[in-house]
Amino acid sequence: MSEYRRREQSITLGPLHEQLDEQSEGGAESTQELLTLNFGPHHPATHGVLRLLVTLQGEIVRDVKPIIGYVHTGIEKTAEDKSYWKVIPVIERMDYLSYYFNAMAFCGAVETLIDVEVPKRAQYLRVIHLELNRIMSHLVWLGTSALDLGAISMFWYCFREREKILDLFEMSSGQRMHTRYFQVGGVIEDIPPGFAEKLRGFLAEMPSRVDQYRDMLNGNEIVLQRLRGTCPLDAETLLSLGVTGPLLRAAGNPWDLRKADPYCSYDDFDFKIPIGTAGDNYDRFACRVAEMYESVKIASQALEGLPEGPHITEDRKVALPPRHELATSMEALIHHFKLVTEGMRVPPGEVYFPIESPRGELGCFVRSDGSSKPARVHMRDPSFVNLQATSPMVKGAYIADMIATLAMLDPILGGIDR
Amino acid sequence: MPDATGLELIAGELRDAEGADVVTDTLFFRDRATLSVQPTHIRAVLAHLRTKGYTFLASLHGVDYYPHEPRLGVCYELLDMASVDRITVKLRVASDTPEVESVTEDWPTADHQEREVYDMFGVVFRGHRDLRRILMPEDYEGHPQRRDFPIGGEPVIFTFNERDALGSSE
Repeated sequence: MSEYRRREQSITLGPLHEQLDEQSEGGAESTQELLTLNFGPHHPATHGVLRLLVTLQGEIVRDVKPIIGYVHTGIEKTAEDKSYWKVIPVIERMDYLSYYFNAMAFCGAVETLIDVEVPKRAQYLRVIHLELNRIMSHLVWLGTSALDLGAISMFWYCFREREKILDLFEMSSGQRMHTRYFQVGGVIEDIPPGFAEKLRGFLAEMPSRVDQYRDMLNGNEIVLQRLRGTCPLDAETLLSLGVTGPLLRAAGNPWDLRKADPYCSYDDFDFKIPIGTAGDNYDRFACRVAEMYESVKIASQALEGLPEGPHITEDRKVALPPRHELATSMEALIHHFKLVTEGMRVPPGEVYFPIESPRGELGCFVRSDGSSKPARVHMRDPSFVNLQATSPMVKGAYIADMIATLAMLDPILGGIDR
Repeated sequence: MPDATGLELIAGELRDAEGADVVTDTLFFRDRATLSVQPTHIRAVLAHLRTKGYTFLASLHGVDYYPHEPRLGVCYELLDMASVDRITVKLRVASDTPEVESVTEDWPTADHQEREVYDMFGVVFRGHRDLRRILMPEDYEGHPQRRDFPIGGEPVIFTFNERDALGSSE
């Protein structure tokens, strides 16, 4: 008899059968056994490489422990080794769906340190791109979340609209993602001819598209059953966990930095803050969808009211001189050379600059030691903080609801791990 | 933001309530208020500020002031949502005894963020229930965000150099 056969025959099923018999006699108590399940990191429903250690009792989630760090790339450390204007491209890659917001938070912090004023036109151009980015981020969220709930066609519709936004980004900056459009002191270039018409066309079309998405999902019994009343969390608990953004607004707290503490001329625009009442998954969904309409409103107001003037500050110690000046002005050439080789020097100090990203408060902390490289860059990423709310949200819910909640949480792992 | 006078008033109140040496410095820079406090009193200071309306801990992050001592810093960004007011509380600890009391009991949001500061700077938060590395691998040595931690220099392991990189255990 071979070694393998001997081993095979040595296994007895006796104890297992006895166990099973006991369980069937025990009735309901037999399902009290806890099961620890590893969920992710490579699972499409985790929206990246999030790993969850889930403790289940039957179908019911008893505990969730998020394990993160799978896409930690040390961007904060990398940023310390680059001059200020070279930090922008790496920092944009943190939360890869809201790159304009990452750049805005960083540029805002550096502008505060230098105490430079951003021209009005640049602020309006920033608002246009920020709000387009917010719509784009929400579209990716809507498409992938619907995918998690089993609605596949939604994904294609959302990405159709997202393409149009990326085309606009390509038009203004030459890049579709990680555009490096925002610079310290303004934006890198004015919008090209034809951009305004194309944007106007998109903004006119977008609300009817959101109508379609909303009707399609709101009229879907399966989506409603999966979202309505599942995994609610009250505003007080959310605040103690540091949760901001659409998740907090869904619970009825209208906290939005664009309204509460306007930056970048947001007080010039007329818009509403959509809020929910129950704080369940449906409210989280409805809040984000409603936000898309508001973003369209803000972007059209910014486009129609776009003031004339420079698109970047004229402070030559901060921004590059225009190309044509280099041929005639020695001083411009020197400034250009100093900025490109060494970069700008930033007065020593520490600043925390918060903005409202699609996921909540995105704060950038920059410490300068007076040199041309930042001594510390830290992003308070909303996904990182909001992730702590997963466990209180899903405890006691079904595992299927956990998937829906994770989708409505909208975590971006690039931002969480940085 | 509290203005410069408001910041001094808060500092004065804290000195009266918690002891004269609690607030080591106040700074009003670019319309932003910062309180530097003794690390031993951080929980009391934050609890006091909470009664003043700063009920939301927006962010907690670490800073390395290398080569100055005390070297490591922790910043607490507090927010008063009702009057839209922010204040930063800072503390500094020496790198040979980097210990701070954890604030997770009063501010549950600090949980992940304290773990990140521990991971990146090696600041130990006393009383944190689950102080483990969060972003770096569990068996990682060193604290990468410290200023004297080199950028790069870590070998990438391929088949041809795995023996050298992992030692002779294989």
